[in-house]
Amino acid sequence: MLRDITLGQYYGVNSPLHRMDPRTKMLWVIYYMTLLFMASSVWEYALMTAFTALAVKASRVPIGFITRGLKPIAILMLLTVGLNLFMTPTGSELWRLGFLKITDDGVVIAAKMAVRLVLLIIGSSLLTLTTSPIVLTGGIERLLAPFARLGLPSHEIAMMMSIALRFIPTLMEETDKIIKAQTSRGADFESGGPIKRVKAMAPILVPLFVGAFRRADELAVAMECRCYRGGSGRTSLRRFAFGRDDLFALIWAVALLAAIITIKVVTR
Amino acid sequence: MIKAENLSFSYRGDEGAAAALKKLNIDIAGGEFVAILGHNGSGKSTFAKQLNAILTPEEGRLTVFGIDTSDEGSVFELRKNVGMVFQNPDNQIVATVVEEDVAFGLENLGVPRDEMRRRVDEALKTVRMYDYRLHAPHLLSGGQKQRVAIAGILAMEPKCIVLDEPTAMLDPSGRAEVMETVRRLNREKGITIIHITHYMDEAVKADRCIVMDGGEVVMDGPPAEIFARVEELRALGLDVPQAAELMYELRKRGIDAPEGILRSAPCVEAIAKMYKDRGTANVR
Repeated sequence: MLRDITLGQYYGVNSPLHRMDPRTKMLWVIYYMTLLFMASSVWEYALMTAFTALAVKASRVPIGFITRGLKPIAILMLLTVGLNLFMTPTGSELWRLGFLKITDDGVVIAAKMAVRLVLLIIGSSLLTLTTSPIVLTGGIERLLAPFARLGLPSHEIAMMMSIALRFIPTLMEETDKIIKAQTSRGADFESGGPIKRVKAMAPILVPLFVGAFRRADELAVAMECRCYRGGSGRTSLRRFAFGRDDLFALIWAVALLAAIITIKVVTR
Repeated sequence: MIKAENLSFSYRGDEGAAAALKKLNIDIAGGEFVAILGHNGSGKSTFAKQLNAILTPEEGRLTVFGIDTSDEGSVFELRKNVGMVFQNPDNQIVATVVEEDVAFGLENLGVPRDEMRRRVDEALKTVRMYDYRLHAPHLLSGGQKQRVAIAGILAMEPKCIVLDEPTAMLDPSGRAEVMETVRRLNREKGITIIHITHYMDEAVKADRCIVMDGGEVVMDGPPAEIFARVEELRALGLDVPQAAELMYELRKRGIDAPEGILRSAPCVEAIAKMYKDRGTANVR
């Protein structure tokens, strides 16, 4: 896929999840998170885990890409699990060291917490792994469009996001050039303590900002020259349509809800 | 059909107003390929920005395809007909995919999707960038980016394209790509081209050259006529195409070199002929 840009974690393959409308996917993630926070019994967690595994399989994204997303939250996870493990006062005591004790309730709660966090991360990263940033931006614009009547500048938000995406590589290139230019003039970015290094950033940031404003000014004129006048009356080249894959997603959503309700009723 | 009558404009800053255009009178017919020359501060870019009402006249009148540029109500109609390509290709590409950038103007005009698809594909084919339609613009070369920018204008089906130093940031091959595209648009589609440039070899390819200095038109005529006036051009701080300069220097030394030669191929022929006529040597 050439639509890919060097940003984000989009993994471009053709799968049912990739083919889904970005709006469906975004709504699905919100729905999935709600179900996850409503889950209470071990059975419900097992069901959600099984479903997530199925979705990962359907996305055709290598498992390594998905677990990579878990690394940044490793510390947060350790902290949550640790706190729940040692600080749960209820249940029968399993182990004790001074004021620290582990109860059977604590073990269960900590395990559920860990599973919930992992599923949360996997579920939301499936969205960004299967949707390119541009498509995502377009989807956000469409999704927010109904709120435009309430005064939410949905078109402007999407336009800002897509221009930011467009200019990230350009500004990265420019930063690289400025660093090289300043280094060749004898600027030192490598040595010294943290404060000295932060101070050394000024000769990079100042020209970068000046350049960014100049670019913004030129871009604004170029956009005006191409008859840009905000969101009203605009049409779009990209088609967003509810397809077969979106229908499947809807069926899955209903099925999952039905299964959860069944578990809740049976185990009550 | 561009007609400037006593067009004046000045930039207002803290130190007062600086006149950029002084009672300019220019007439450009439909389908012409006009090069505008002049050193920095001659007012040529200011004139370009007047053509699609990015700036409007302070005094005098500018009508473009029958639309008065001071008429705020028809500014979008005007901009649809007068496309503009700028110097820095990076700062005029809006979208993250080539074809979406080409569609940007059409989206703004509210063109229906099927029609838009057709026009985008056609514009990309015209500038020979169709195979790159799904690429990210930042990965293209300067010449390719500039052709994408031209396609974005072309999709709006303008009657006139104004190019403000479109080749200034390009390498020689990129410049050649852009010039070839622009000439083709002029010849095949009959689009009026107003090409502002520093490069004399580009100006040579136009039907007509307008030389500006200090906000006024100082020379106006076909390239052969303009570039014969070597001394005047030099006094304005402008170059002369190398072939024309060589012929001029020869004439100055009393050699009977022909006038009106602007490119290297006819220049070589003329020199060969001069040798032959004198019978001094065989250049081959």
